[in-house]
Amino acid sequence: MSEESREPIIQLIDVCKSFGDQSVLENVNLDIFEGTTTVIIGPSGTGKSVILKQMMGLLKPTSGRVLVFGQDLSRISKRELQAIRMNFGVLFQNVALFDSMNVFDNVALPLRERTKASEKEIRQNVEEKLALMDLDGVNEKYPAQLSGGMLKRVGLARALVLNPKVIFFDEPTTGLDINKSNEIYRVFYRSQLRFKYTSVIVSHDVPRIFKLTDYVALLADRTIVNSISPEDFQLSKHPAIKSFVETTMGPIYISEEEEADYYEKI
Amino acid sequence: MLARFFGKLGHEILYFLETTGRMGVFLFTCLLCLVTPPYRIRAIIRQTYFIGARSSFVIIFTGLFTGMVLGLQGYYTLRKFGAEGLLGSAVAVSLLRELGPVLTALMVIGRAGSAMCAEIGIMRNSEQIDALETMAIDPYRFVMVPKFGATILSLPFLTFIFNMVGIMGGYLVGVSLLGLTSGAYFQGMYQNVVWDDIEMGLVKSFVFALIVVWVAASKGYHLHLERSGGFGAEGVSRTTTSAVVMSSVLVLVWDYLISAMML
Amino acid sequence: MKKFNLEIAVGIFMVAGFLCFAYISIKLGDINLFGKDTYTVKARFSSISGLKEGANIEIAGVRVGKVDRISLDQEFYEAVVYMSLDKGIVLQEDSIASIRTAGIIGDKFVKISPGGLDDRIKDGGELEETESAINLEELISKYIFQGK
Repeated sequence: MSEESREPIIQLIDVCKSFGDQSVLENVNLDIFEGTTTVIIGPSGTGKSVILKQMMGLLKPTSGRVLVFGQDLSRISKRELQAIRMNFGVLFQNVALFDSMNVFDNVALPLRERTKASEKEIRQNVEEKLALMDLDGVNEKYPAQLSGGMLKRVGLARALVLNPKVIFFDEPTTGLDINKSNEIYRVFYRSQLRFKYTSVIVSHDVPRIFKLTDYVALLADRTIVNSISPEDFQLSKHPAIKSFVETTMGPIYISEEEEADYYEKI
Repeated sequence: MLARFFGKLGHEILYFLETTGRMGVFLFTCLLCLVTPPYRIRAIIRQTYFIGARSSFVIIFTGLFTGMVLGLQGYYTLRKFGAEGLLGSAVAVSLLRELGPVLTALMVIGRAGSAMCAEIGIMRNSEQIDALETMAIDPYRFVMVPKFGATILSLPFLTFIFNMVGIMGGYLVGVSLLGLTSGAYFQGMYQNVVWDDIEMGLVKSFVFALIVVWVAASKGYHLHLERSGGFGAEGVSRTTTSAVVMSSVLVLVWDYLISAMML
Repeated sequence: MKKFNLEIAVGIFMVAGFLCFAYISIKLGDINLFGKDTYTVKARFSSISGLKEGANIEIAGVRVGKVDRISLDQEFYEAVVYMSLDKGIVLQEDSIASIRTAGIIGDKFVKISPGGLDDRIKDGGELEETESAINLEELISKYIFQGK
């Protein structure tokens, strides 16, 4: 996680996106480096999920380029896109498990559909992932029978099952209380340590998410302000970042520099 | 004022063309996926159970009563001309050519089409379709193909079950209740029904199957692009309603077109 | 066990549907599944007005076949009627085919009156002796105008 190669595996270059007349993103530039964790923060409803969906190839940019492993997503065939997606795992905001299948079948689905693995290998793989998520004895349950936190963990197990290089998290802890969120962060940390995947997280959970991330990117005014380390982020002088830090974190997270000022005044 | 009117009109036309085009591409993609490997036989069988087998009961029920009312109405109308002997053929021909395929399609729209649209719509709404795509599973193959295959397989079978039960219903009323002889009922039928009648019913049931599954699946799949807002439970319910209305109307329109073409 | 039941249900459904289809098409649609058990005989008429494909062929009031196809001979402007007759029916070459009406406004049918020759007519043969349809309207108008 800490060790980083300077090769971006996902690059957004001057990406603009509008829906109808409404412009959502303007000139977004963002690099995601291999093996790192990047969190995209920003006020809700400003298009954070849109950025994520462009990286996954679910939405095409109005202009600009999205490069994944060096390939432009809007210029490749459906087959090549599918090949790229084999390296993706996604934890959706509302998990998007298939409610007509039980937990085991849900997690096994990508393996059954996309690989030639035998049923025995599938079972082994799925149970390993579920155990890693601290989920035992829920194989036969249906998504509707699980709590929110458990659903998220099942979703993460499904995202991990193909051993992807990149995992996208769309609001992984929204709607969960602190204990449940901590559980998610714990399994996230544990699984990343083990599988060394790159992760891109869209989150509201500032500042706690800062402990887990290598880079913080702020989406404000329809563009990404910067992608910097959490420490730099909190110390940044950039007006947008500063106002975001102040409004969301309040005086608790006053930077040292300001802290000095603060005490001097007293 | 005028400029605004034409601007709005242009918008409407563009929206209509876009929607139609999208649905056309959707149909084409689904059919292409249906006929190219990998074939999803097991999934198709599972869907056939919901769309076909589970619809049998309601089809038998409606078929029986349709045949009975045809027998009743037909008998009193034909009696005015002293042509009660034609009852069998009147019942059979109207069932085979018109009522069988149309009523079966309408029942399947109500039973399975609406459910399909809502199911796919909810999958779209809760990001399940996006999830499939990011897992590199083609939602067309995974979700649409089984439904297309099952509907196209089921509807002709259901139609002929409907026809058969309807003919029995007509027999029940005409012969058991109104005292026509059994020979007259069936003899008239054997003489006047020709293969063309059956063929027309068969063609109709295939076309209707396509309409039913096409409208339901594509409305659900494109839920998020609905202009009236496809989000939430209300979006699903509104889209389902509009899918039911649209497919019912299309079935009746195509019923006329096919009749006109084949007569 | 659950899947097993499901497939059985689908199987029952499909077999039932197919049986209905098969019954209707064989019984009503006159589809010959087991080879041809009819033979075809031609006959020319100067007028067949009202005769339709599928109309009955009768001998002494008993149905022995149906009209298969009707076409127009462009050379003589005559109607050619192809009749398919049940295999068991034996017809003489000089049998007479005439077009009749069931009742006054009923369906037209072809009545065959057996002849007296020994020669039998074969598949694809032609009945030379025919009587065209009686045009009821012409007859009536004839009587009306004669009465004047």
